[in-house]
Amino acid sequence: MSFRSALLSMAFCAALALPAAAADTPKRGGILTYMIPADAPPSLDAHRETTYATVHATAPFYSVLIRINPENPASPDDFVCDVCTEMPKPTDDGKTWTFKIRDDVKWHDGTPLTAADVAKSWQELVHPDPGMLSARAPYFVMIDTVEATDASTVVFKLKFATSAFLPALGDPFAYIYKKDILERDPHFYERNVLGSGPFKFTEYQTGQSIEGVRNPDYYRKGQPYLDGFKAIFTPKQAVELDAIRADRAATEFRGMPPSARDQLTKELGDKVTVLTGDWNCVNMITANHQRKPFDDVRVRRALMLAIDQWKGAPPLSRIVNMHTVGGIVFPGSSMAATKEELQKIAGYWPDIEKSRAEARRLLKEAGAEGLTFELMNRNVDQPYKFIATWVIDEWAKVGLHVTQKVLPTGPFYEGLRGNTFDVTVDFNCQGLVNPAMDVGKFLPHSVYSENYGNYDDQKDIDLYQAMLHETDPVKQRQAMREFETYVLDTQAHAIMMPWWERIVPMRSYVKGWKINPSHYVNQDLGTVWLDQ
Amino acid sequence: MSATPADDAPDPRRTVWQSALRFCRREPLGTFGLLLVIIMALTGFSAEWIAPYNPTANDFAAMTEPPSLEHLLGTDQFGRDLMSRIIHGARTALIVGLTSAIFGGFSGLVLGVSSAYFGGKIDLIVQRLSDIVMAFPLIILALAVVAIFGPGVQNVILAITIPLIPRCSRVVRASALTIRSMPYVDAARACGFGHTRIILRHMVPNVMAPFLIMVTSFVGQAILAEASLSYLGLGVQEPVPAWGLMLQGGAEEYASTAPWIAIFPGVAIMLAVLGINLFGDALRDALDPKLRER
Repeated sequence: MSFRSALLSMAFCAALALPAAAADTPKRGGILTYMIPADAPPSLDAHRETTYATVHATAPFYSVLIRINPENPASPDDFVCDVCTEMPKPTDDGKTWTFKIRDDVKWHDGTPLTAADVAKSWQELVHPDPGMLSARAPYFVMIDTVEATDASTVVFKLKFATSAFLPALGDPFAYIYKKDILERDPHFYERNVLGSGPFKFTEYQTGQSIEGVRNPDYYRKGQPYLDGFKAIFTPKQAVELDAIRADRAATEFRGMPPSARDQLTKELGDKVTVLTGDWNCVNMITANHQRKPFDDVRVRRALMLAIDQWKGAPPLSRIVNMHTVGGIVFPGSSMAATKEELQKIAGYWPDIEKSRAEARRLLKEAGAEGLTFELMNRNVDQPYKFIATWVIDEWAKVGLHVTQKVLPTGPFYEGLRGNTFDVTVDFNCQGLVNPAMDVGKFLPHSVYSENYGNYDDQKDIDLYQAMLHETDPVKQRQAMREFETYVLDTQAHAIMMPWWERIVPMRSYVKGWKINPSHYVNQDLGTVWLDQ
Repeated sequence: MSATPADDAPDPRRTVWQSALRFCRREPLGTFGLLLVIIMALTGFSAEWIAPYNPTANDFAAMTEPPSLEHLLGTDQFGRDLMSRIIHGARTALIVGLTSAIFGGFSGLVLGVSSAYFGGKIDLIVQRLSDIVMAFPLIILALAVVAIFGPGVQNVILAITIPLIPRCSRVVRASALTIRSMPYVDAARACGFGHTRIILRHMVPNVMAPFLIMVTSFVGQAILAEASLSYLGLGVQEPVPAWGLMLQGGAEEYASTAPWIAIFPGVAIMLAVLGINLFGDALRDALDPKLRER
């Protein structure tokens, strides 16, 4: 090949690559309008709230200490610094973590953010002052103290070394608040916004919308790409669909059901892009162990054995945002059970006829043949009511007669907490994938307040503690299998439903946002841009 | 040819069949309505025998199938046969509609006649309580009752029955007030008959015409209210087949991709309410002497 032809070939290749490169180069400007599928959040303070309504509305205004890599948010362990300078290596056998804080971070009022602000925010998250609420404090159980040793250094000392620490630290709700304000008015952030994130707060109309504009002093040079954003609260799915159809809003980031995806792709074609992925959310069926006959493990096992997970999940994923058969651990995690491991657990056996025969035998043995009971459920369509319709029919195949009692969210929680149910549809939705902490849901109520099975089980706690304190990944995975087998098979404390699938349809001009297993994560919009 | 008053005078020699035939001839729309009601009733009560499939059995191999020879009205998102669910749904509609209408109607009858007969403070209290209840639209009051007691068939019946009581009571009272001042009621009182006998033997039979018309219209209202409550997720719950519930599951998510899921339960509700209302109108025409003379 002559020099000239080589040059021409190179030029040709460059010309071919140019449009793709240009398409991937972020463009500056524009206002992103998106929807938050909820009513007004209870407050704007993410430390005290657990709802996406708060985090989708306020994350663009705040910084955090570390976060999941926004370029690789689906990874469960790719953590990067936000206001720190580099991810540290632990010392003291994994019990001391020292973070250096950037010196170029400014609050939206122009004052500098220091290590004291970071330390104070984390002290409030781990050990909230009396009268204050830190909704996820149990997730920070391994943290002993948080201190600012100088203006740019924060030291975390742990009670015990654990792989669950970094995912806990990456909590997307763990906004950095200003120390002076927290000391002056601890409730300030419930009603006001003052952060150091990519966008500055401009307006909030309760239950209607929240708006922000580009922060010109943002410490990540060049970001954010948007001039601003407007988030509209739209609790009705029909309104969301119409808004995306008419391009009045570009997307909603929580997730929509398959039917919405099908409608939008059919009507809008390539004007809409659909991002999908496993969701760190799962429903389960929980039996009240204090009610007869559900105090009998044979009856609980029968309920589990009657359900054909493997055959049910694929068709259900066409109508409901559930997709992947899994155990107690998020299926995308390295700690999750493989299909072969699951198939050894009751309720996951590959032969459903054998499974149902065993269920009938157990019911007969327990004197619960033809049992009639009520399934308590939450008045939410996706996926709660779909789950009930499915499992009631599955249970009917082993002779059980089940009716459904649907309650609005308030009374539903009252029912859960007041033990006024036979069997209920339950749930476990988590933020960052942190299996060792996420499975806390399967501990007795005395240890984990959001467990509603009403049982005490010391062996359950011991197996969990052994798993949590294990620092060797291989041994920890094995310990997780033992805990999972005990919870699902030996004691049948919970009956898992297929894990959720996150489906986010968005106008194709929205770029730079990547889907991840949690609808709480990666919502600061710093990397989002509009290809218009 | 218009009927003369003499044609419409009650004729004791006329048999039930002759009266029915006469009603059919004079009220063709009402007859059509009655036919719809009879079909609905027969369908509902023989659902087990005539429904081609189990209405609650999921069939994932037949999800959202359009109408075909195998599934005449198609299937829903769980693959359940829509025709079977509509047939069984007729039973739910009838149970809720008839029970609510009968309980609401009879309670209203007792209250209305007693209120008119006794008058005074009893009348005042009953009517003011009725005013309070009637200040709320039926569906709003039913929503409030369901919110307090929770969803479910029994609670839905209760929720619909309560708002119907004062509506019936008010109409019955108006008729009973006229009857109270009739000479034969005074005569009965003068003869020393007890209140119960006067009410049951002399007043109630004379308010039966407006009462029956009210009860008939209540059945339609109750079916519509049940469908509305189920549509709002507050009535009958899955997997029980109920028309409003079928609309809730289908209309919102599958209106454009599988419209039959919403259309057929909607048609069932429309035909049932239309039939009952047409029959109720015709019954009013047949029983009201003033309308008969027109």
